Amino acid sequence: MTHDHDHPHDHSHGDHSHGDHDHPHPAQRDHDAGPMGVYEVMEEAVRLLLIEKGILTDAEIAAQIDLIDSRSPALGAKVVARAWTDAAFKQRLLADCRAALMEMQIDIGQIAEFKVVENTPETHNVIVCTLCSCYPKLLLGIPPAWYKNLAYRSRTVVDPRGVLAEFGVKVPKSQEVRVHDSTADLRYIVLPMRPKGTEKLDEPALAALVSRDAMIGTAIPTYA
Amino acid sequence: MRKTKTRDGADGRAVHDVGGLDFGAIDRTEHDLALWEKRVDSMMILLYSKKGLWTVDAMRRTIEDYGQQTYDKIAYYEKWMRAMRNLLVEQEVVSRAEIDAKMAEVADRHRAAGRTVPTHKATWS
Repeated sequence: MTHDHDHPHDHSHGDHSHGDHDHPHPAQRDHDAGPMGVYEVMEEAVRLLLIEKGILTDAEIAAQIDLIDSRSPALGAKVVARAWTDAAFKQRLLADCRAALMEMQIDIGQIAEFKVVENTPETHNVIVCTLCSCYPKLLLGIPPAWYKNLAYRSRTVVDPRGVLAEFGVKVPKSQEVRVHDSTADLRYIVLPMRPKGTEKLDEPALAALVSRDAMIGTAIPTYA
Repeated sequence: MRKTKTRDGADGRAVHDVGGLDFGAIDRTEHDLALWEKRVDSMMILLYSKKGLWTVDAMRRTIEDYGQQTYDKIAYYEKWMRAMRNLLVEQEVVSRAEIDAKMAEVADRHRAAGRTVPTHKATWS
């Protein structure tokens, strides 16, 4: 039995979309800096030991990888589109995210609470996790590397307008910027403003306008 | 003005407590996870949520215990992998000797197959 290279998931990571991109990206280091290789060896060694000891099986690991691959910002976008088209749902979503998501058969589980923060003409919201990488993975998938890296984590809380400008988002002086620092127990998601001119679009068409970054707060949905 | 020394002003802070410091420009390069990174994520989640070997807080504590040099140098899933290794030893699921021996075996097998594998080792501290 082999445990690598012929694994069915080797090439299965190109089917999710994030940000403004929906094409597969090269598998690069997910890093701030430093050498790699020794931890990949460690992963294989520990995996083989755990399987030998009967603690995990290849099938369990493969199923969990499938779960990771199945999560994408598409689910978050669907929630945003619902909130844009149903004002009563939006109020429930802002008041009690867990209960409102259950209406859409989305169960956020017991690990953490979710909170939706709404962008308005007066307020722009952006989320960060200064201590680590807390993120509503269920709604957005795996966070982008930059969300987990030291530059974004360190600067967003002191220079949010500068950070947003790096993402191409210019927040007018008249609009307050609120930064939400996520924790292991409370994860935020941004409800962006519905773009102008989208009155005739249905929910799926609206959801297609909502990127991962729009729900982090580092992008603004637009409609041409 | 931006500071250039990334740990400036971090007197006495825990290594993971970086909010308000300045680590410079954000690298916005998108990438997909490597298979080994997905395996680390999967095994970690299974070990704490399905197998109950530890809690997510224990995992965070382990990562937050790294020295600054290790914390700043190693990548996200390298941090997770190191935490998994340390917790498995701490919980006496596997021993250091078993991990060292298996890592040597894995490295030798990949070298024999023609792959370049680093000769340096991950420290235990």
